[in-house]
Amino acid sequence: MIGFATAIGRGLRLKLGDWGWSARLLGTLLMHLGACLRRFSLVREQIFFLGNRSLSIIGVSGLFVGFVLALQGYYTLQRYGSAEAVGLLVALSLVRELGPVVAALLFAGRAGTSLTAEIGLMKAGEQLSAMEMMAVDPVQRVLAPRFWAGFIAMPLLAAVFSAVGIIGGWLVAVPLIGIDAGSFWSQMQGGVDVFKDVGNGFVKSVVFGVTVSFVALLQGYACKPTPEGVSQATTRTVVLSSLAVLGLDFILTAMMFSI
Amino acid sequence: MQSSRYDALVGFFVLLGGAALLFLALKAGNLLSLNFQDTYTVTAKFDNIGGLKPGAAVKSAGVVVGRVGTISFDDKSFQARVILNMNQGVAFPKDSSAKILTSGLLGEQYIGLEPGAEEKNLAAGDIITQTQSAVVLENLIGQFLYNKAADASSTPASGEKQ
Repeated sequence: MIGFATAIGRGLRLKLGDWGWSARLLGTLLMHLGACLRRFSLVREQIFFLGNRSLSIIGVSGLFVGFVLALQGYYTLQRYGSAEAVGLLVALSLVRELGPVVAALLFAGRAGTSLTAEIGLMKAGEQLSAMEMMAVDPVQRVLAPRFWAGFIAMPLLAAVFSAVGIIGGWLVAVPLIGIDAGSFWSQMQGGVDVFKDVGNGFVKSVVFGVTVSFVALLQGYACKPTPEGVSQATTRTVVLSSLAVLGLDFILTAMMFSI
Repeated sequence: MQSSRYDALVGFFVLLGGAALLFLALKAGNLLSLNFQDTYTVTAKFDNIGGLKPGAAVKSAGVVVGRVGTISFDDKSFQARVILNMNQGVAFPKDSSAKILTSGLLGEQYIGLEPGAEEKNLAAGDIITQTQSAVVLENLIGQFLYNKAADASSTPASGEKQ
């Protein structure tokens, strides 16, 4: 009995310690914004790796999500005789929901895993310890530029995803199905609000960028410095950041759009 | 050397992201319809505004001449008080009438202005008195059923046909 209670207490203490450590890491990363802006070349290099290199998968996925949304939306809407609203349906679903969420999930798979693996291998190879020996703060030199690069790249990727998706929806709806182009765009413009829909979608994508980058860096920085540890950390990055994105998405949607 | 190559590519990436945001704001969103022209406000009172929303268009002869500003409830006359922001430079006679219309079957509602014949024009702060409320489907169906029932029974006593 006492052993059981001890186990619970010990588990709780370790868990709280982990959370506190994570929160302090997040605080430190946020504090290093100034240092990152001073040496922006480090952030720029990471934006290239996280942003430019993810463009192809984001662009192609956005295009196909737009195609499918237009086809499925048309199937439902034409039953009610309002097939012209397919533009509005595609734009609203992409801008409010799918753009930020799917871009964040892809970003977690494409960029988050590489961040975790990179940091984890640096740790396993004792490069981070070597940096500390040389009085270089690894959080400032290695983690913070990656964090802020994710912060900058993710909203841009989500915007590209939504824009390409809307173009994909147009390609299916107007040339393929034959919906009038004028009503496609005017219904869309009539129903999409710049601040309520596009602006809130942008806020979501910023939050997801912070979440995914932070989870990836945390997993890499806290992983066991062994091959198994790095592989487990990479898996956890995908699982945890996807779950976090979906959970946060629900909370943000409830806060932004239900009021 | 190497970082200048990154400079250009990262620059392209940021420009692409910015262009995508601009596309979303201008082509998909309604940023273009937010006008920053000078306007004058006119009030119109309706018995029922249906689904009219702030920001809806005010059209005359199909052309947008203004936007709906705020909508509030007047507890003196139990009517809806709708503030119309009319574009400066578009003048309407004082006895113009306002109707709430719907674009298409499921489209959004807008206000249609029909010019009257008076010499004087509407000035800022004026009230449009001649208004026609939104068509409420339930009332329409109710009226239709009532007429049907009256026709079927064919009793001349039911004199409340409209």
